[in-house]
Amino acid sequence: MAAWRLSLALDRRAWFGPALVVPAAALLGLLLAYPLGLGVWLGFEDAKIGAPGNFIGVENYQYLLDDPVFRLTAMNTALYTIVTVALKLLLGLGLALVLNQRFGGVRFWRSVLLLPYVVPTVLSAFAWWWIFDPQFSFISWTLAKLGLLKHNIDFLGDSWLARGSLMIANIWRGTPFFTIGYLAGLQSIPTDVYEAAQIDGARGFRVFREITWPLLTPLTVILTTFSAIFTFTDFQLVWTITRGGPANATHLFVTLAYQRGIVGGSMGEGAAIAGVTLPALAVLAWAAMRAIRERT
Amino acid sequence: MTLRRSFMKWGLGVAAGAATRSFAQAPAAKYAPMFPVEKDAQLRLLRWSGFIKADEESWNANSKKFQEATGVPVSIEYITWEDVRPKAAMAANLGTGPDLVMGWYDDPHIYPQRLVDVSDLAEDLGKRLGWYDVARAYGYSKQMNHWIGVPIGGAVQALNYRISWMKEAGFDKFPDTTDGLIKLARGLKEKGHPMGFALGHAVGDGNAWTHWWLWAHGGKAVEADDKTISINKQETWTALEKVRELHAQMAPGVASWLDPNNNRAFLAGEVSITNNGISIYTAAKKDFPQIAQDMDHANFPVGPVGKPTELAVFSQAFIFKYSRFPNAAKEYLRFMLSPEQAEPWVDSMNGYITPALRKYRELPVWTRDPKATPFRDGIARMLPNSYAGSPGQHAAAALADFVVLDMFADATVNGHTPKDAAKRAEGRLRRIYRG
Repeated sequence: MAAWRLSLALDRRAWFGPALVVPAAALLGLLLAYPLGLGVWLGFEDAKIGAPGNFIGVENYQYLLDDPVFRLTAMNTALYTIVTVALKLLLGLGLALVLNQRFGGVRFWRSVLLLPYVVPTVLSAFAWWWIFDPQFSFISWTLAKLGLLKHNIDFLGDSWLARGSLMIANIWRGTPFFTIGYLAGLQSIPTDVYEAAQIDGARGFRVFREITWPLLTPLTVILTTFSAIFTFTDFQLVWTITRGGPANATHLFVTLAYQRGIVGGSMGEGAAIAGVTLPALAVLAWAAMRAIRERT
Repeated sequence: MTLRRSFMKWGLGVAAGAATRSFAQAPAAKYAPMFPVEKDAQLRLLRWSGFIKADEESWNANSKKFQEATGVPVSIEYITWEDVRPKAAMAANLGTGPDLVMGWYDDPHIYPQRLVDVSDLAEDLGKRLGWYDVARAYGYSKQMNHWIGVPIGGAVQALNYRISWMKEAGFDKFPDTTDGLIKLARGLKEKGHPMGFALGHAVGDGNAWTHWWLWAHGGKAVEADDKTISINKQETWTALEKVRELHAQMAPGVASWLDPNNNRAFLAGEVSITNNGISIYTAAKKDFPQIAQDMDHANFPVGPVGKPTELAVFSQAFIFKYSRFPNAAKEYLRFMLSPEQAEPWVDSMNGYITPALRKYRELPVWTRDPKATPFRDGIARMLPNSYAGSPGQHAAAALADFVVLDMFADATVNGHTPKDAAKRAEGRLRRIYRG
C-alpha cells in the first residue's frame, strides 16, 4: 500500500522534481552550506580551538582593519590574483594559438603542456622551493658560473622578490588551464568563418582581432573567473615555499586564516579572515555562472 | 551527530570485543599496575611521527610489551608533528577520537577542562625519576590546579659549529656569552664562513633561536600574570639592536629559511654555525663523515641576564576525559616512561628527544659520543615558550603567529627600527592576550 502511494505521489510533477533534487540539496546543505554558515558565524565570535566562543559582533573585522599584517595580506592577495591571472591568460592564449597550428609533434607538445597542471601542487611547490633556494638555486648557480652574478639571488628572502617568485610558480602551474580551455575554444570556431574573412582579404592579427577574440570572449570570462577563484584561494604553493614569510610578506588570506585559525587556535579571527574572501568569491562565482549561462 | 557518535561507540565496542577475544587476557603475573585498568580496555594513541625510524620501532615494541603485560592493545597513529595540534584540538572539540595524545608545547593547556587529572601519575614519576623544572611548567595547569599533561621531553637544540673554522677565526672554544658569539660570527665572516640562523617562518629553528636571544637580553612577551604585555621595552630594544649586529654576520638568504634550510646549508659547508637538533650531526655521520669529524655542538650562549634561556619544541602526553579507559591510558604512560621501557627508547633515538625526567640523563646515549652531551643538558637550560607567563591558548597563538620571530625579521631584514619592530609585536600580542 505504501509503495503504491509513493509511486502515485512520484507520478505527480509537483512531487517528482523536488524528490529528485532533495538528495543533492541535502548533501550540499550538509557538506557545503552548513560548514560555510558555521564559518561565517565563527567570524563573529571569539572562539578558540577547544573552547566555545562568545558572540562579539564585528569586533574581529574591526581589529583586522587595523592590523598591519592583515592589510599587507589583502594587498598581497589582490596583487597575486590580478598579476598572475592576467599573465596566465596572456600566456595561455598565446600557447593555445601556437598549439592550434598544424606542425610535427603537436600532440606531444599539447601533452607536455598539461604537465604543470597535473603534477600534484605540493610536488611542484617543492621543486620551486629548490629552484628559489637561497643557497642552492640552479638559477643563481648558472648565472654565477656564467660570471653574471657574485652572490646568489635571495629569491625568497626579499619581500618583493619573494612575491614575484611565488607568482612565477603560480603562473607556471596555472597557465595550462587557460591553454587547454582556449585550445578547445579555438577548435570549436567554425573554419568557414575564417574562410569568409580570407576571401574578404583579412589577414593575421586582424583575423584574430575581428574574429577569434570576439568569439573567445565568453570563454575568456569563464576561464578568468575560475582561474581568479583558484588563485585567490591558493594555499599549497605559498604554505610550502614560504609559509607566508619573510615577515608575512607573502601571506594570502587563506594562509593567514590557517596560521591564525588552525595552527594558532584563534578560530574566530581565522574565520573572519576567511570570511573576508567571501564577497569577492561570490562576485567571481556570479560572474562565472552568468558567463556560462550566456555561452550555453 | 548523535547518530555518528552512537555508531562510533558501537564500532569501538565491536572492535573492543574483537580485540579482547583475540588477545590473551591473562596479564603477566609479574607486572603490577598502579592504576586499576578497566576491563576490556583498548587504547588509541595519536602521536608525532618519529624523527628517526628507530623511535617508532622502539615505541611500538614497548607498546606490545604493555599489551603483553596488561592485556590492553594500543593502536598508534603517527602523524607529522605539526599536524598533531589541529587534530587533537578537533578531538577535544568533538569529544571523540584518540584516548590519549602526545602533543607539543601548550596543547593540553588549550583545553585543560577536557583532560584527565594526571597528578597521581605525574607525582609518581616525579618522585621516582625526577622532573626537570620546565616539565612542571608544561605539565601542571595553574588554571585547574593539577597536572593535565605528562611531560615526555624536548627536541632540544644546540648550536652546531665547525671546529676548524672556529679555530681559524681565533677561538679555541665556543663562546659562552651572546657578545662572544657576535665576535666569533664576525671573525668567521671575515674568513669567508658566515653563520646562519633562520629568519623565515621556521616553526622549530626560527622560534627557538629568536626566543632564546630575546630572553637572553631580558626581554619577554608577557609578564607572569599572563596579562601585562612587556615586549615593547628597553630589554627588547637592546636584544634587537644586538641581533642586527649578529644578522650582519649571517649568510645571505636566512630571511627565507624554513626548518630544513639550515640543515642543507650547514652540510654543504655554506654556514659555519647554526641552531638545530641532533639531526644535522646524524646526517653528517651517515653521508658527510669529514663534516661530522669537524663539527661539534654547544649549548646556546648566555646573555646579559646571566642564566640560560633556551627554547626547545617540547612534547607532553594528555588523556581526554571522553576516553572510556583513563586508567589504562595512565598505566600505559607510566609503563612507557618507566626505565625498563624508556631507557631503550631514549637510547634508540640517539639524542633526538631529551626526556623530561632527570633519571635519563645518566643514559650512555649522552656520553658515548661527547658531541651529544649538549642535547642532554639543553632541557635543564630551557624555558617554556610562554615565558614569563604560563602555557595556554595565548602563548600557543603567539608562537604559531611567529610574533617574536617576525619582530626579529622586521628589525633585521625589513629594516625597521627596534622600537618600531617591538611596537608592531606589541600590537599583535595585545590582541592575542586580550580577555
